[in-house]
Amino acid sequence: MLTPESLKRIDREIAKYPPEQKQSAIMAALAIAQEQQGWLSPEGIEAVANYLGMAPMAAYEVASFYNMYDLKPVGKYKLTVCTNLPCMLSGGVDAGEYLKQKLGIDFNETTADGKFTLKQGECMGACGDAPVMLVNNRRMCSSMLPEQIDKLLAEFE
Amino acid sequence: MAILGALNPMLTVGLDGDKAWHLADYVKRGGYTALNKVLAGEKMTQDDVIGVVKKSVLRGRGGAGFPTGLKWSFMPRAFPGDKYVVCNSDEGEPGTFKDRDILLFNPHAVIEGMIIAGYAMGAARGYNYIHGEVWEVYLRFEEALAEARAAGFLGKNIVGSGFDFELFAHHGFGAYICGEETALLESIEGKKGQPRFKPPFPASYGLYGKPTTINNTETFAAVPLIINGGADAYLEAGKANNGGTKLFSVSGHVNKPGNYEIPLGTPFSTLLEMAGGMRGGRALKACIPGGSSSPVLPGSIMMDCTMDYDSISKAGSMLGSGAVIVMDETTCMVRALERLSFFYYEESCGQCTPCREGTNWLYKIVHRIEQGQGRADDLDLLGSITTNIMGRTICALGDAASMPVQSFVKHFRDEFAYHIEHKKCLVPPDVQRAGSGFFKATV
Repeated sequence: MLTPESLKRIDREIAKYPPEQKQSAIMAALAIAQEQQGWLSPEGIEAVANYLGMAPMAAYEVASFYNMYDLKPVGKYKLTVCTNLPCMLSGGVDAGEYLKQKLGIDFNETTADGKFTLKQGECMGACGDAPVMLVNNRRMCSSMLPEQIDKLLAEFE
Repeated sequence: MAILGALNPMLTVGLDGDKAWHLADYVKRGGYTALNKVLAGEKMTQDDVIGVVKKSVLRGRGGAGFPTGLKWSFMPRAFPGDKYVVCNSDEGEPGTFKDRDILLFNPHAVIEGMIIAGYAMGAARGYNYIHGEVWEVYLRFEEALAEARAAGFLGKNIVGSGFDFELFAHHGFGAYICGEETALLESIEGKKGQPRFKPPFPASYGLYGKPTTINNTETFAAVPLIINGGADAYLEAGKANNGGTKLFSVSGHVNKPGNYEIPLGTPFSTLLEMAGGMRGGRALKACIPGGSSSPVLPGSIMMDCTMDYDSISKAGSMLGSGAVIVMDETTCMVRALERLSFFYYEESCGQCTPCREGTNWLYKIVHRIEQGQGRADDLDLLGSITTNIMGRTICALGDAASMPVQSFVKHFRDEFAYHIEHKKCLVPPDVQRAGSGFFKATV
């Protein structure tokens, strides 16, 4: 289930915590499993739980609590648009609407070709660069006005 | 670089260029001299360090403004066994983005502050919990930690003093509630981030059940400055009871949104000017001075405030995390509150019924007012829901969800009443649309 490369990365996380506190690595381990699979499947969660010696249900509790875990398959590019108030004041909601129109999907939907998933996000702690978007949980994009959004989408063509 | 301006800066001095975050640059501008002074040069005792921090009147920069030295003194230092210091960089309070820049551009200041804190409180291990959405910040901090380890500032026998300290980064994954310190500890333990009932407080029962102190990123970053420059100099940089400078994150309808470092006690009007003034020269309608959980203030009241804990508190709000959300006359206050209420509803951890159910109702009611389906008694209903949430929950999220509702309705009651009566916004939709500046053609 988990590749040797993923296990190596998880081991590095486990080493950050006292030996009897392996469970502390669960958040990082689930993120690594998600990165490997593209989403977090029940099998992926169970594999992580087994590796850390915790009950699968306890791992599932964590996976379902934090917003950035995808418990269903998502498109190749998951675009999360912040629409919270500071972003909204500088066009966050407009950016969401613009993307919906461009991609022909609503929030929490994936394009038919499996390329894009659109999500509405909460504050990403980058309000000075509003409107902001996050690509695949990792890449923060700033000042996403129409021109910048077009450029980003073109990059993924 | 998103630190756009400063007035008598302390925290952001010398942060020019791409390399300024590196250890070599930090050392060049006086970095790690405070650590040397504490552990080797003056061989300060734990009491000495806590005494200096107390005297500086450094107050927690995360939002609560609790005196840092006093917090440190609560730790049972003589208690045998593991103790922890934890840095709260789970910066998710809407409007706040200062810790991101501190960690990106001056990470060693946080590391040095945490090592000194660890020494002062007898802790040999620390964690920095970093907000999920800012991956590059997490990577940067990991790199800075590797530099500090390689230079011997972390690990065994630091600067030959016999003091050992290890520090690690923990990456969050999208939960606002983990900014609450006990939820953050649960999260590090590998659980759902649900706040703990207090007491016991973290100083007696913290991470893994051991004594723990949690401070904000900016708070730790201020510690080396206080040790080096002395408590009096730090206090004098601000104003009485409000020591030092602070980073303010200015967002919303201003020309130059970004971070600004100013001495506590600086007039709001000066900060607004530094941020380039109002976008399009429009009038200031309202301002949320300390992150989305702090009560909103009308522009006229805000213009009379100075940016410090006491002035903002006297005006009826909170300095909070220093997140200044500026709203001009194109803002519909009902729509603004609707979005904030949705946020608290989304982020309630669901543990306490008044918050779980109450935040849902707050959102539903503000939403229906915004949609033109408000009822005559909705404003009273909102008031009654907030008083039934506040003080009846384990953590402050319920209060944080209620305070915007109370203050928006209090200061802009006419606008809410107009919505209910006329089933539309007082501010026309095309004016609102122009305000965001997203569609350039309409601005």
